[in-house]
Order: sequence, then structure tokens, then C-alpha cells
Amino acid sequence: MNSIKSIITLFKKDVLLEVRQQYSFYGVLLYVSSTIFVLYLAMGRPEDDVWNGLFWMIQLFVCVNAVAKSFLQENKGRMLYFYSIAGPRDFILSKLLFNALLMLVMSIMSLFLFVFLMGNPLKQPLQFIGLATLGGVSLSVVFTFLAAIAAKAQQQAALMAILGFPIIIPQLLLLMKIATIAFSSVIQAGLGQMVLLLLGLDAMVVVLSIILFPFLWKD
Amino acid sequence: MIRKSWWKVLSVVFLLFTFTAGFLIKVPHIGNLYGSIRNFFFHVPMWFGMMVLFIVSVIYAIKFLRNPSIDADIYSREYAKTGIVFGVLGLITGAIWANYTWGEAWSNDPKQLLAAIALLIYAAYFILRNSIPDVDKRAKIGAVYNVFACAMLFPTLWIIPRMVESLHPGGQGVEGNPGMGGGKDLDPAMRMVFWPAVVGWTLLGVWITTLRIRLEQFKEKQSVNG
Repeated sequence: MNSIKSIITLFKKDVLLEVRQQYSFYGVLLYVSSTIFVLYLAMGRPEDDVWNGLFWMIQLFVCVNAVAKSFLQENKGRMLYFYSIAGPRDFILSKLLFNALLMLVMSIMSLFLFVFLMGNPLKQPLQFIGLATLGGVSLSVVFTFLAAIAAKAQQQAALMAILGFPIIIPQLLLLMKIATIAFSSVIQAGLGQMVLLLLGLDAMVVVLSIILFPFLWKD
Repeated sequence: MIRKSWWKVLSVVFLLFTFTAGFLIKVPHIGNLYGSIRNFFFHVPMWFGMMVLFIVSVIYAIKFLRNPSIDADIYSREYAKTGIVFGVLGLITGAIWANYTWGEAWSNDPKQLLAAIALLIYAAYFILRNSIPDVDKRAKIGAVYNVFACAMLFPTLWIIPRMVESLHPGGQGVEGNPGMGGGKDLDPAMRMVFWPAVVGWTLLGVWITTLRIRLEQFKEKQSVNG
């Protein structure tokens, strides 16, 4: 009970900070919209598979930018304070939750912008919205843990890209493969299996973060 | 047991056997493989060896996290290094093989791509380590990443490649097991050479690593003493 309480408190603190400062939200939003705008200027209205590929690449870069900040803003003194009031598991869980929420919002936003600027090739929009949110959450959990590692190494952004891009490729590949269903009106076989695999991967990453973060936590 | 020499002898004997019998036995002619099927004794054991070395590396990483010691860190690091060497050799032997059977050394086949990505994941391990100046911190964060990387290795090498279309055995639309060239269907004569080859190459990897470990331990001692 106690740990759930502290997770919620830490989560609330992150949300509150976000609402008050509105730094990363609008920062990332500006990043998304300008990137998509540049893409529109460069590509016009691309074909289905190009649209799909570009969408997931943008998601990847948005995620790196949105999540990298989550551990950067916690300086050493504040980390020490968290250390005295909460366990490492509560801390990482609250971060995972917050980043998942952030990416959820960002995925929907960038999907909206994509449809607005680059045309709407989606034949099954509802499925794609579901997949975009699931994809956003999947990317956020992996990058939250990598951000925790990179924060300890004191070299945030560059290191996160180096660590993250090879590791995220299997998930991204899976997402792109599942996403192709939204572009045709025919239901593909083996879809449920792939979604389950993606969920399994997410669960594995969350469990690993919970197990491994306590080792990163202490200095 | 690791200090004894019988397994080193075994490795040499098995590898000599692989290099002689592997080139001399009668191999079945399947499709467009012809004689290139002999590469099976060199290409596949590389991946077996890499997996074994990476798993030993992660075991030492977990050992380090439970009970930090310089030795566990050196073991974990050096096993990962030899694992990468085996992985690169696996890619090269695969590319040579592909050159004669698929017509191109690198055809962006999903199996090739994901194997290269798996090696990038481990290359990132060493970049991460080198980016941290503090020795204790480096060992700890390295161990944490090692466990994470090993867990991500399984979807990259074992699950996703089987779900996509590929020219390599063991994909969608292609029968067989990627490691055994058709599983139970492996020719009995080839099987007689294949398993000794796997054991021989893997033991050679372990042997190389133990030498590297001794060198690193010696360096460590020197830097502590002087």
C-alpha cells in the first residue's frame, strides 16, 4: 500500500511539474510539428509504406527527446532527497508511468499532425490509433530505462541514441509490420500473435527495469 | 576445472577433426548449395559460440551485481568481447556463403540485418563502458546494461527473424531450423562432424577468453601495485 502511495505521489509530482513549467510538453510539441512540417515540405504526400516508415521514425526521435529529459531534470541533491523518502522501485515505476503518459499524448498529437499535413492513407484509423498509443508506450518504457543508465553515465542525449537505437530496432520492426494492417482493408493472419509479442516485450522491459534500477540508484 | 588442460586438448582435437573430416566427408547435394554446404561446419558453430559466450558474460554480470568484485567484471567484459569476435566471424562466414548461394554477399536479408543489430547492441555496451571514467561505476552500469542487452538479444536473434520472410533457413516460408539446417533432417554424416565442430569452436572461444582474462588480471595487479 505504502509503495503504491509513493508511486502515485511521485507521479503526481512529475505531472504537476509538467503542468506548471510546460517545458518538455511544448518543447516536444514544437519539435514534432516542425519536423513533420519539414517532412511535408520535403516529401509532399508520400505513399502508404513511406508514410508508415516516416511515422515510426518520427515517433522514435520524439521519444528520445521527450524521455531524455525525465532523468536530466533530477539533480544530485534531489535524487538524494528521493532516496530518503521512496524506494528505487517506486521511483522508476513513477517515471515509467509518467513517460508512458507523455508518449501517449505525443503519439496522438503527432498522428493528428501527420494526418493533417501528410494526408490520410489509413483505411482502418481506429486500429492505427490503438497501435500508435501502444507503440508510444513501448518506446517510452525502453527509453526510460536507457535514460536512467545514460543519466548515471552523465552523458545524456548522445549516449541515449547510441544505446537506444540498436535495442529499439526489433520493437520498431514489429510495430511497422503490425502497422501495415491499417493500410489495407484485409485482416492479416498472425496479427494477434505479434501484438502479444509486443506486449510481452514491454512487460519484460518493465520487469527488467524494476529489477535492475535499484543497482543504478545507489552511488 | 577451468585450469585443467583436457578441454583445451579436446578443442584442438575437435577442430582438427572439423578441418579434416569437414572437407573430406561426402555431403548431400541440396538445391543450389552444392559443396558450399561445408561452410555449415564453420558458420553455424560461430553463432553457437557467440550465444554461449554472451550467456557466460551475462552470468558474470549478474554475479557482479550480487557481489561486486573486479574479477567478475573482467570475466563479464572479456566474454562479451570474444562473443563479438565470434559474431563478426559468423557474419563474415555467412556473407561468404551468401555470395555463392544467394548471389550477393549482403542482400539486406532480415537474418543478416538482425544479426548485425545484435552485434551493435553489444558494441554499445563497450561504448557505454568507455564513456564512464570512474572504474567502479563503469563496472556497475556496464553490468546493468549487459543484463538488459542480453534480454533484448533474444527477440532480436530468436523471435523476430522467424516471423519475417528470409532466404535463410528458419524464416517465414522457409522450412527448417536456422541453427540445424533442417533439424532432424540433418544428414547423419554431417551431424557426426557438426556437433564436434560446435563444441570445438565454443571451447576455443572460452580458451581465448581465459587467456585474455589472465592478461587483464595481470594488468589490474600491475596498476594496483605500481
